Amino acid sequence: MGETRRGFLKKAGYAALGLGCGLPLFGAAALGERRARPRTPAKQLGLVIDVRKCMDGRVARAAIEACHSEHNVPFISDPLEEVKWVWTEPFERAFPDQAHGRAPEFLRENPVLVLCNHCSDPPCVRVCPTKATWKRRSDGVVMMDMHRCIGCRYCMAACPYGARSFNWRDPRAHLTDVRAEYPTRTAGVVEKCTFCDERLREGREPACVEAVRCVPGADGAMTFGDVSDPESEASRLLRAKFTICRRVELGTGPNVFYIV
Amino acid sequence: MIENAFRGSGKYWALVGFWALVIAAGLAAYGVQLREGLTVTGMSRDVSWGLYISQFTFLVGVAASAVMVVLPYYLHDHRVFGRTVILGEFLAVSAVLMCMLFVFVDMGQPARVVNVLLYPTLNSVMFWDMMVLSGYLLINLVIGFVSLESERRGVPPPRWARPVIYLSIPWAVSIHTVTAFLYSGLEARPFWMTAILAPRFLASAFASGPSLLIILIMIVRRFSRFDPGREAIRTLGVIVTYAMCTNVFFVLVELFTTLYSGIPHHLHHFEYLFVGLEGRGALAPWMWVSQGLAAAAVALLLFPGVRRRENVLAAVCAAVIAAIWIEKGMGLVITGFIPSTLGRITEYAPTLPEVMVTLGVYGVGFLALTVLYKMVIGVRERAAA
Repeated sequence: MGETRRGFLKKAGYAALGLGCGLPLFGAAALGERRARPRTPAKQLGLVIDVRKCMDGRVARAAIEACHSEHNVPFISDPLEEVKWVWTEPFERAFPDQAHGRAPEFLRENPVLVLCNHCSDPPCVRVCPTKATWKRRSDGVVMMDMHRCIGCRYCMAACPYGARSFNWRDPRAHLTDVRAEYPTRTAGVVEKCTFCDERLREGREPACVEAVRCVPGADGAMTFGDVSDPESEASRLLRAKFTICRRVELGTGPNVFYIV
Repeated sequence: MIENAFRGSGKYWALVGFWALVIAAGLAAYGVQLREGLTVTGMSRDVSWGLYISQFTFLVGVAASAVMVVLPYYLHDHRVFGRTVILGEFLAVSAVLMCMLFVFVDMGQPARVVNVLLYPTLNSVMFWDMMVLSGYLLINLVIGFVSLESERRGVPPPRWARPVIYLSIPWAVSIHTVTAFLYSGLEARPFWMTAILAPRFLASAFASGPSLLIILIMIVRRFSRFDPGREAIRTLGVIVTYAMCTNVFFVLVELFTTLYSGIPHHLHHFEYLFVGLEGRGALAPWMWVSQGLAAAAVALLLFPGVRRRENVLAAVCAAVIAAIWIEKGMGLVITGFIPSTLGRITEYAPTLPEVMVTLGVYGVGFLALTVLYKMVIGVRERAAA
């Protein structure tokens, strides 16, 4: 008995030591993997937003309204607990490295539509301890499983764009019209934009893009498509115009582009 | 051995009863949090971690500091710690217990906690933190109980215990390093993204943990017939001195890099922490208290004569604990979120339910510590009699 117990503990000890020593090795492997991984999957859906065409408040309102009603996003008046998938930020908040102190005030305060950037190398996916958020290989969308999320909010600490919202309270109490086609959420989980994966499945465009198309004079305000396909309209636009991305210096590889 | 926990004086049961009351109050508040959601806390979409995670961070340090008695005793045969080492190991056990509970009460969906094991994610530092913390809990429980049982029977500890004890030394360093990596690997948070974070965590841990141990030894000595010895306290005092000086040095290194380079993304966090930003600086007074206590503690600790006066040493240890509790708990975690990634300043203050849950978790930890120490005292008093 003593011998087997001793043997077992010995093996357990070696196993644990191996685990401990393996940590730095694993880190190095992860680093290598991160560099070797192609920056974009086979297909990478992206969005090109023309900032000047969104200056008119109607465009942003149409996009937000379409998204939030389609996905049963609760309306919570307390800004500290709000849930938002797409919203506007002043230019200098969205692009802190682009708006220097001498830029004209109207530009710095100009509202810009912001949403999840569906990064090529998403920090939220890197930190999530349960794979509740992941990068979909087929189209590069950063997906979110609100049924697996444990609500640790590590992804919120990791996202440089503030694109993730936590349900601090029961969101169902803050819904006026519930759309039966899309699930509502419980308190205690994180949610965000998924480029309308439920629409993509049916070959349709995201709700915000479709809604903005119907706003008169907002032609070309939002262009959605596969940015890894050189023939897509989004790619053609990216080649033709000067665009910027949010916080590119961080290396997350955002896939929402802005024509300024 | 365990029977000692069920036999005790009126004072012992009064202490156990007190912790039970604290735990009951914490549970009541946690019930409210479960029903209403984390909205009952002071956290927000901008400051998404608060008191719970800051206490977790502080206590990982207390847990890791057991290595400061284990290493001299087992690796250098420093016999002065012969009767202290188990107190350090059991302090680590109760500290890790609290760490795990603090992460648990912070979760939005605590019922889904097993998802971390069902879908193990090697690229998440949080997964690794959970692994090293539970491993550390297990190691210290095993070492503590095995060595106490051998002592009770008057035999040397079994030979297999030694490799486990040796393993506990790098493992202690790993828990605090991995906890620092939770923060320092986030490109979104310049305040945390510094290579000195893990060394800083270790230095502050090795100052605050042994300080707490000194105070606990003084309490044990006062209320029981078991005395770990003046020499142990004195040696711990030297350890606290070195660690606290190192910690202050690391903080100054960090401050130099930030202030001299003046990169706004980094600077703004420190401005908020020490002087406030855009007229808001709720943490600034706390931080100055912390820095004042740290400076006073270092100034006193440097004199061996001061350290030998046990009353003064106890006060200095309390100052070290308070200084690091503020700096590493609230100061480090909260300030990482202020300003937010979008440059907004949203302040944070814990709410009453949040404070009650926190006290409840401390209640669990101190109850475990009381029971474990009671067992040690029982064995030691019998040996002395």
